[in-house]
Amino acid sequence: MKERLIRLTVNGRTHEATVEARKTLADFLREDLGLTGTHLGCEHGVCGACTIIVDGAAVRSCLLFAAQMHGHEILTVESLADGDRLNPLQEAFWEHHGLQCGFCTPGFLMTLTCFLRENPHPTEAEVRVAIAGNLCRCTGYKNIVTAACAAARKIAAAPTT
Amino acid sequence: MRGRPEDRGGADHMTIPSIGRAMPRTEDPPLLMGRGKYAADVRLPGLLQAAVLRSPHAHARLGAIRAKAALALAGVHAVITGDDLAGIGRIPTRLGHRIGHPECLQFPLTRDRVRYVGEPVAVVIAESRYLAEDALELIDVDYAPLPTVADARRALEPGAPVLHEVLAGNVVDRLETHRGDAARAMASATHRVRESFAIQRHTGVPMETRGLTASYDLGTRVLSLFGVAKVPHFNRRVLADLISHPEHLIQFVELEVGGGFGVRGEFYPEDLIVPWAAMRLGRPVQWIEDRHEHLMATNHSRQQHHDVEIGFDAEGAIVALVDRFLVDLGAYVRTHGVVVPELTSALMPGPYRIPNYSSVADCVLTNKTPTGTYRGPGRYECTFVRERLLDVAAARLGFDRLELRRRNFITPAEMPYEIGGASLAQKNVLDCGDYRSALDQALELAGYEQALAEQAQARGQGRYIGIGVGCVLEKAGLGPWEYARVEVDATGHVVVYSGVAAVGQGIATTLAQVCADQLGVAPETITVVHGDSRRVPFGVGGFASRGGAVALPAALEAAKAVRAKILRVAASLLEAHEDDLVIEDRGVHVRGVTDTRVTFRDLARAAVPGPPGMEPGLVAAHFFEAPKMTYPYGTHVAVVDVDVETGEVALLKYAIAYDVGKAINPLIVDGQLVGALAQGIGGALLEELVYDDQGQLLTTTFMDYLLPTSMEMPAETVVRILEETPTPLNPLGVKGVGEGGSSGCGGAIANAVADALAPLGVSITALPLSPDRLLALIQAAAPR
Repeated sequence: MKERLIRLTVNGRTHEATVEARKTLADFLREDLGLTGTHLGCEHGVCGACTIIVDGAAVRSCLLFAAQMHGHEILTVESLADGDRLNPLQEAFWEHHGLQCGFCTPGFLMTLTCFLRENPHPTEAEVRVAIAGNLCRCTGYKNIVTAACAAARKIAAAPTT
Repeated sequence: MRGRPEDRGGADHMTIPSIGRAMPRTEDPPLLMGRGKYAADVRLPGLLQAAVLRSPHAHARLGAIRAKAALALAGVHAVITGDDLAGIGRIPTRLGHRIGHPECLQFPLTRDRVRYVGEPVAVVIAESRYLAEDALELIDVDYAPLPTVADARRALEPGAPVLHEVLAGNVVDRLETHRGDAARAMASATHRVRESFAIQRHTGVPMETRGLTASYDLGTRVLSLFGVAKVPHFNRRVLADLISHPEHLIQFVELEVGGGFGVRGEFYPEDLIVPWAAMRLGRPVQWIEDRHEHLMATNHSRQQHHDVEIGFDAEGAIVALVDRFLVDLGAYVRTHGVVVPELTSALMPGPYRIPNYSSVADCVLTNKTPTGTYRGPGRYECTFVRERLLDVAAARLGFDRLELRRRNFITPAEMPYEIGGASLAQKNVLDCGDYRSALDQALELAGYEQALAEQAQARGQGRYIGIGVGCVLEKAGLGPWEYARVEVDATGHVVVYSGVAAVGQGIATTLAQVCADQLGVAPETITVVHGDSRRVPFGVGGFASRGGAVALPAALEAAKAVRAKILRVAASLLEAHEDDLVIEDRGVHVRGVTDTRVTFRDLARAAVPGPPGMEPGLVAAHFFEAPKMTYPYGTHVAVVDVDVETGEVALLKYAIAYDVGKAINPLIVDGQLVGALAQGIGGALLEELVYDDQGQLLTTTFMDYLLPTSMEMPAETVVRILEETPTPLNPLGVKGVGEGGSSGCGGAIANAVADALAPLGVSITALPLSPDRLLALIQAAAPR
């Protein structure tokens, strides 16, 4: 099987690895780096559970190969909290019951992390559109939308560092 | 042990009672940080991966399976076929006393015949999933295709292909429920309305697919399973029996569960194959279902065809209901036996007084994926049929649809009310309820009068707005019992062990809430353990909205017993009378004497062996028995806007008023109702497992099987949690809330769409109301 040497940054740490050409980025993150917070819900790019951030953009890690990631910078759900301290978006999800089984949650958090950076003062309707590519089977999305708007307000109110 | 940030809920407090508090869930922080361990996250040294070869044929004789090439692939350890499992029996049923016919139960791996697309034929065990899937492609199987029947109505026709020759045809069971003399009452009814209805095949589809890891210790002979769900204790027994291994040498461990909805956690073929392979190979084995497999391997649900007639007297009082229906069970009888049609029959009368009722259900086998329960089993189906029928009758007979319902509601004064028949081995007796109140409140929430005005105005503008009502009678809190043990450990920490299982619903938080008040601690500080047979010796599990009504009372009683022990040990240490003691801040002191106190830590240590006559340890167990089920209820109101050019249904507003008896955590109750609503909307508008007439499943990806997204949810959703009629069946008054947010959707949305399209004369009798179907109906009704 064809293999490739890659060097990439994941959550601020540089990794060097030899990967099979056909290994998906999601499997690489989960199996090789042990970052199992990224979940696989469909493996065909529809459900969004595996969403991560590559070079600042939210992407589906099930649709990329690890071998394509040489020189790229990746953020996963594990990067959001500061130790045991939840970030404002995670806090808002907690406070507003924006998750139930929690399986789709990492994908929503990463999608919204990107979205709130681009649109720091979204309306509920804009949040709905932003998360339309992420499937949740538990919450009915209502509390996710509420949480995202609450997080936006919280971030806006926080002193910039 | 769950990690939790220190800045949150760390301090114990007595001032706010925990029961009834809309507190954020204790489960959440690790899940938000990506630290939750789900089935696919288990890593063990030497772990091998399994992949399942599934039948591409809906019906075929199985010939030779040639696996030589697959076995020759480096990294492949085994290819398992039905012959290897020759000594293993069929998977038994779990629920209900009727199993159809024992020879219609499924073997973990088929031996001589396949009966649905997706049926397991062989299993590859390899070093990685990638290799295992490579090997699948190298397995060569001889199939001799047989005639196929993929439609339950066709399966009844003479000469239709027969799936199981042990039956004369394809009907595996017939269920009958009779109350009064329905035929006679119908014959003498002033008004009779007859209609046929169909509910499509769809199912739970949790975001996490199924998955399981098994490891076997050749030294101790202990077999461990990780990633079990729903009914771990029951399934452990099933596995022990199937593989003839002592039950006490099998450990079942639940991990985080990525959604249940009825489908996850039943005993499936893979639940035998994976542990069997681990024992055989002496290496841990993991199997993670992919989505393509999931849609053809995990239980389907819901598919029924009803022919129903209702009779009224001159004033609109229902005198009789006669229902004849088919349920499409798929190719085998699975663990739920015929419980879904049984529940359909039981709940069909709903919240209405129906003195004469007759229901006959034929359970039909077809060449499709076997079926089981899905959130609100039987209720989603019967509520659609009944509520739609009432609207059809109201329209045909000129009754007001709301007055028709109000006239026929069973009243609070008539409770407890026996509706006739039995289900889940108990008579169908309603515990309590005020159905009229729920209807009136849902209408108020929906702004019914205003919606009517908007509808009239919209019609003038050529827009089709409709308002639909669906009154739901649910059934929850299935026993027969649940187990709980509450403990204060030697470091003074409170632990609740429960026999319930988590399916993502927040049961750990509510268990902590009901115990917290008894022990004077904050629920955030309580550890909850469930789904682990090593630490919880007994359990029934997480299904039938039973957590609230059965598991919580068990924990409450155990916590009360521990409280009594705390006071007893403290009385002996403080040389005081128990009545003078105060439990506060993880310690006990004499009222008014706060400087002399004993801590939980002191007490737990002193409790072993403790005062004479006391059972040692600050620990108590309780089995809460629940011989009768509760009947939560409510009303859904949908306001829709139908685009007659595209067939698209937009949900403008959705209101649910739902009585749960008592809400332990309103945040969670609200979340259950809105989440269930989303699934109900999926069933009403989008979701369908489509088969062609050769039994090929055409919807095996999320591009074909459409789940609701944020865009399909109502523009406005309003939920009112009612606590008007606490159930007398448990000390908390809790009825259960898992399912009622779904059950009314089919009825309410279909009624709203029919109302919208009434000017066009469109008849709505089948789900889902997908754009293509609706457009066809619109075009057929009114050629434009």
